[in-house]
Amino acid sequence: MPDSIVRVLDIAIGGLLTGGIYALIAMGLSLQYGVARVLNIAHGEFIMLGAFTTFTLYTVFGINPLLSLVIIGPIIFIIGFLLHRTLFTRLRISAPNPDAYAASSMLATFGLLFIIQNLALLGWGADLRSYSYLNFGVNLGGAIFAANRLVTLGFAIGIGLGFYIFLARSRIGKAIRAAAQDPTTAGILGVNINLVLAICFALGAVMAGLAGTLISMRFPITPTMGLNYTIIAIIIVVLGGMGSIPGSFIGGFILGVIGTIVNYIEPSLSLAAYYFIFMLLLLVRPKGIFGK
Amino acid sequence: MDITAFKSKNFLIPGIILFVLLIALATLPLYVGLYWVILVTAILMYTILTVSWALFSGPSGYLSLASAAFFGVGIYTSAMLLPNTGVVLPLLVVVALGGVISFIIALLVGFLTLRLRGIYFAIFTFGLVELIKQVLIFWEINITGTRGRFIVLVDTHHVFWIMLGIFVLLMLTTYFFRRSKFGLALQSIGENEEAAAHRGINVTMVKVITFAISAFFMGTAGAVIATKWTYIDPYIAFNALFSFLPILMAIFGGMGQIYGPVIGSAVFAYLEETLLTKFPYYYMLTFGIVLVGVILFLPGGLVGLIQRLTRRKRKGGVVEQNANT
Repeated sequence: MPDSIVRVLDIAIGGLLTGGIYALIAMGLSLQYGVARVLNIAHGEFIMLGAFTTFTLYTVFGINPLLSLVIIGPIIFIIGFLLHRTLFTRLRISAPNPDAYAASSMLATFGLLFIIQNLALLGWGADLRSYSYLNFGVNLGGAIFAANRLVTLGFAIGIGLGFYIFLARSRIGKAIRAAAQDPTTAGILGVNINLVLAICFALGAVMAGLAGTLISMRFPITPTMGLNYTIIAIIIVVLGGMGSIPGSFIGGFILGVIGTIVNYIEPSLSLAAYYFIFMLLLLVRPKGIFGK
Repeated sequence: MDITAFKSKNFLIPGIILFVLLIALATLPLYVGLYWVILVTAILMYTILTVSWALFSGPSGYLSLASAAFFGVGIYTSAMLLPNTGVVLPLLVVVALGGVISFIIALLVGFLTLRLRGIYFAIFTFGLVELIKQVLIFWEINITGTRGRFIVLVDTHHVFWIMLGIFVLLMLTTYFFRRSKFGLALQSIGENEEAAAHRGINVTMVKVITFAISAFFMGTAGAVIATKWTYIDPYIAFNALFSFLPILMAIFGGMGQIYGPVIGSAVFAYLEETLLTKFPYYYMLTFGIVLVGVILFLPGGLVGLIQRLTRRKRKGGVVEQNANT
């Protein structure tokens, strides 16, 4: 094969590998914003918590990072659930209209961001941390990829599909979708709306936490890593259309590929490129690619 | 403008009190130490940011997270035009330039983005801060080759008086703005934008101009305070915290009245400065807890709390009177 084609393939596959994690993060935010109406700026902090818990479990207790997925999931679910029941339910009930709730809940998540990040800095320090796991090359038809990148992609797709099937098939999933369409009517029809919204918020946080576990296998982590991922997630959610779970999934892969291309051309501008795409998108098609 | 408003008693007594307060503030450096002058300068800076944020976002209901961008543009203007070596422009010129550049950027951004409603506008303005920061970092590393800039030393009292001047100018602007046709137009946009448009208000123009005026004051505040920070790089200049602090201070004080943001920012900035020096490691934690607490328990802010308390007292009095008769 000519050199240039190999390079293009290299970038494309690299983009897909990053996109898997992006998709997972964005699906979580989409659940929180699309259904629970909380634009969670602290989304990235749950990613950071997942990453650091995995790091501690692996380096101190020797627990396999893939196993810690099962440990971290329920813990973060409980944290997210309690947060919504105490903080956001109260804000939702006292808000005069949905717009006021969107603004006040977003500001509250900024407060959460500062609280969680400060606690993490006190607990883990400000240094970059990393560990080595499944760090060997796998030959895929000529191109060599680290095994942990392939494993994370597999798990990201698996978790993403799992959530999608859960939403589409299960009883709670149907209640969630009903609440997303019209909370008032869903409430009249017997859906316990506060419970469903809290579950939604908690599930979104779980997806962030699991994504954090996967991220920690591949990249160095710091307590301040969260906000960048939050921004990426917001961009993808806007790209895919607010509240559209498949849109977020596909949007994640699209942004992963774009990011890898920009990174290849000029690494220091990749975040600026994301913003540029984001602003262009908001101006041209604010409903997103898959939005109705 | 309505001249009778100045002659009435309602204006006279608060006017005299304000005038005395202003004289006291202006002569502050004569009878307190340098520490207090620096502290009051910082408080004034936060007050300017908060009041100018509330000038636009309060009546219009558009949640702007771009304060840090305009503030940062002012800071960076100072960093480029007031280097610690070579020829330096007069400080007042640089301050005005910082404001004007912020004003122009806000005009451009406003025309592009003020069509976006609600949360989209908030996200967009938040992205603006990071976008400007990233582009500046790229430009500094690849084109100018500087990693940070040092600013010429300026007399502390000088900085204080300029900051006070900007503050007074801003308060006068806010006072007359809220009474003007323009301010009422912005208020009606906040209540119902479509209805305002149908009444013949040029909705886009009103929003964009106010947004730019508020950006002007943020830019000047940035240009002044930069001289106290002495070392500037894009990370320092474009700190997202400066988008949130004004909002928090405005909510903390209460946005219903003109003096709400002033009280909120003065109290909060004082607390912030003392917290930052005494407990630097717990600073963000306290900040977060206060933010969540204020949103949950003080939706009307300090002013709202005071009003609620006095109203309750009055109500209690009425009930007693009724019981007597």
